Amino acid sequence: MTAPATARGRGWRAPLALGRALALAAALGAALACGQEGGGGSASGAEPIRIGHFASLTGDTATFGQSADAGIRLAIEEINAAGGVLGRPLLLISEDDRSITEEARTAAQKLIQRDGVVALLGEVASSRSLAAAPEAQRAGIPMITPASTNPKVTEVGDYVFRTCFIDPFQGAVMARFAFEDLGARRVAILSDFKQDYSVGLAEFFRKTFRELGGEIVADERYTSGDIEFRAQLTTIRGAKPDAVFVPGYYTEVGLIAKQARELGIDVPLLGGDGWDSAKTLEIGGDAVEGYYFSNHYAADSDNPRVQAFVRRFEERHGSRPDAMAALGYDAAGILADAIRRAGTTDGPALRDAIAATRDYEGVTGRITIDADRNARKDAVVLKIEGGRFRFFRTVPAS
Amino acid sequence: MEQFLQQLLNGIAWGGIYALIALGYTMVYGVLRLINFAHGEIYMVGAMSGYYVAHALSLGSRPSLGGLLVVLLAAMALCAALGATIERVAYRPLRQAPRLAALITAIGVSLLLQNVGQLVFGADPKFFPALLSSREAFRVGALAVSNIQLMVVVTALVLMAALEFVVMRTRFGRAMRAVSADAPAAALMGVNVDRVISGTFMLGSALAAAAGILVGLSNPKIDPLMGLLPGLKAFVAAVLGGIGNIPGAMAGGLLLGIVETLVSGYLSSTYRDAIAFVILIAILLYRPTGLFGSGQVEKV
Repeated sequence: MTAPATARGRGWRAPLALGRALALAAALGAALACGQEGGGGSASGAEPIRIGHFASLTGDTATFGQSADAGIRLAIEEINAAGGVLGRPLLLISEDDRSITEEARTAAQKLIQRDGVVALLGEVASSRSLAAAPEAQRAGIPMITPASTNPKVTEVGDYVFRTCFIDPFQGAVMARFAFEDLGARRVAILSDFKQDYSVGLAEFFRKTFRELGGEIVADERYTSGDIEFRAQLTTIRGAKPDAVFVPGYYTEVGLIAKQARELGIDVPLLGGDGWDSAKTLEIGGDAVEGYYFSNHYAADSDNPRVQAFVRRFEERHGSRPDAMAALGYDAAGILADAIRRAGTTDGPALRDAIAATRDYEGVTGRITIDADRNARKDAVVLKIEGGRFRFFRTVPAS
Repeated sequence: MEQFLQQLLNGIAWGGIYALIALGYTMVYGVLRLINFAHGEIYMVGAMSGYYVAHALSLGSRPSLGGLLVVLLAAMALCAALGATIERVAYRPLRQAPRLAALITAIGVSLLLQNVGQLVFGADPKFFPALLSSREAFRVGALAVSNIQLMVVVTALVLMAALEFVVMRTRFGRAMRAVSADAPAAALMGVNVDRVISGTFMLGSALAAAAGILVGLSNPKIDPLMGLLPGLKAFVAAVLGGIGNIPGAMAGGLLLGIVETLVSGYLSSTYRDAIAFVILIAILLYRPTGLFGSGQVEKV
């Protein structure tokens, strides 16, 4: 969205007033982009191990970045309270990319070059992880994305890992759920063609659903940042589907649900982990009731490890942890575990240690890093009921 | 057929927003021959100020028509003041300067408002409070119209009619038209040109604020960069109708809304944003005066 603005400003010989305005604007931008430091702990005076986190702390998908950051912060505080790693405390340096794809790359560069981090955590959105991953790969610094589910992310190189399942699995989970649990035979898809995440999820859903014998009756698209979806939804309504798959991010999902209800679409909407934000409920309100989405974990699970995490997170941050927070927590935990096993923070040794992660007991399940540097783990399906996300069922990793 | 009518209705509701923004562009152009690129940002400030007013009066929890009216008027008043201030500070000192200088200043003001907006309001999207609870206004077969869509169209039409009345039937409107036709001559006839220009900015900005509130109602997600694309699209709408021409801006806005909706409904929404600019290029190539504009010979 900002690209046209900068393009308009660049290359014109500005009069004095404009020059001042631009200088002010630039200064404001710089102030906004300033990094935040924190998470240093009680461990001894030894030189801290610096870990970078680039995240969407502001902008369109701000809750993703903020949640992941809160989860990572909690993990690092706990590790430091327990004495740190290799006798050194961990220091978290977070850099905001304002939910802008190009900024993610800049943020990663800053963390690597200016802050000298030994490893990178981030991003939630696949497009932004894809933008930053080549920087980590080139610098030989391991990067663990907590929640980017598009397969292409870890294909960037052997320094890029993830602690979540990937979209072929997630898409198949929802396709099977629609076909088997909901008995849907005709499904419409409304995806965000600007997000690798959404495009990928739609593709894998389509494939599995057709293999099962279902029919995709409408395949519509929108762009992140759109606020008007009535045209696409009217077409979808005309196709008379049994369910609508909307693999988007929470910012748009609430609006889509509202406009769908207004147009009289009364079949369930289905989504992926991009729905997991309190904002989906805030914006969608009654309109998202009864809808389903696949996710990494359920905060209302009865697993004691999950319950302990939820309690500590609520004490520390005063809110219920969503999946991004849980994944951030696990990503930081896996990284610390790998540093401990490697006995060093050297890039290649650390990379090998992360790759060797087996049966790590995280709050989002038991995590094993496979040969493609992806995490193998279960998925859950949540249902929105009474203004809350409720655990519906677990879908095991195949 | 039902589906086509529904798309048409969606398009009209969406086009009403463009039309309201386009009116501000066209009025300022008509009077000053200036394309006020900061106009999209005024629309953004309108939506934002509505958000804050509604929260300050905690109107979001109790939807009512009165609350909506209060928010609407407050946002319109605030934006009118902002429009007049921008004109006074940024454009008036440049009134005798080459037109390009004023145009570039307008772009500067636009960037300034976007970035100050991000600083003041934060870059996160905000969710506009539900000042009206959404329900079905009427339904014919599968044709569904929500009370909010209806509200958007009705408010847009009322404001456009009010504007038409101001411009054609009042003293101020006559002065505006006089300045538009020939500013120096109007000044010689005793028209206070500065006041007319100020008033034009206020009127246009108030309409943009109204558009911001209406968007907040029907598509309740607002952020500091929300004005960028609608601003450009409304500019296209104004050119489509014939820039400087008030009925033209209304028709252009509605037409653009309908075309965009039909394109996303029947072709693909991937082309939706492109279509506005294809129209702009086509209009500039084949009918630069727009649908309603009259040809003018410019002395070189």
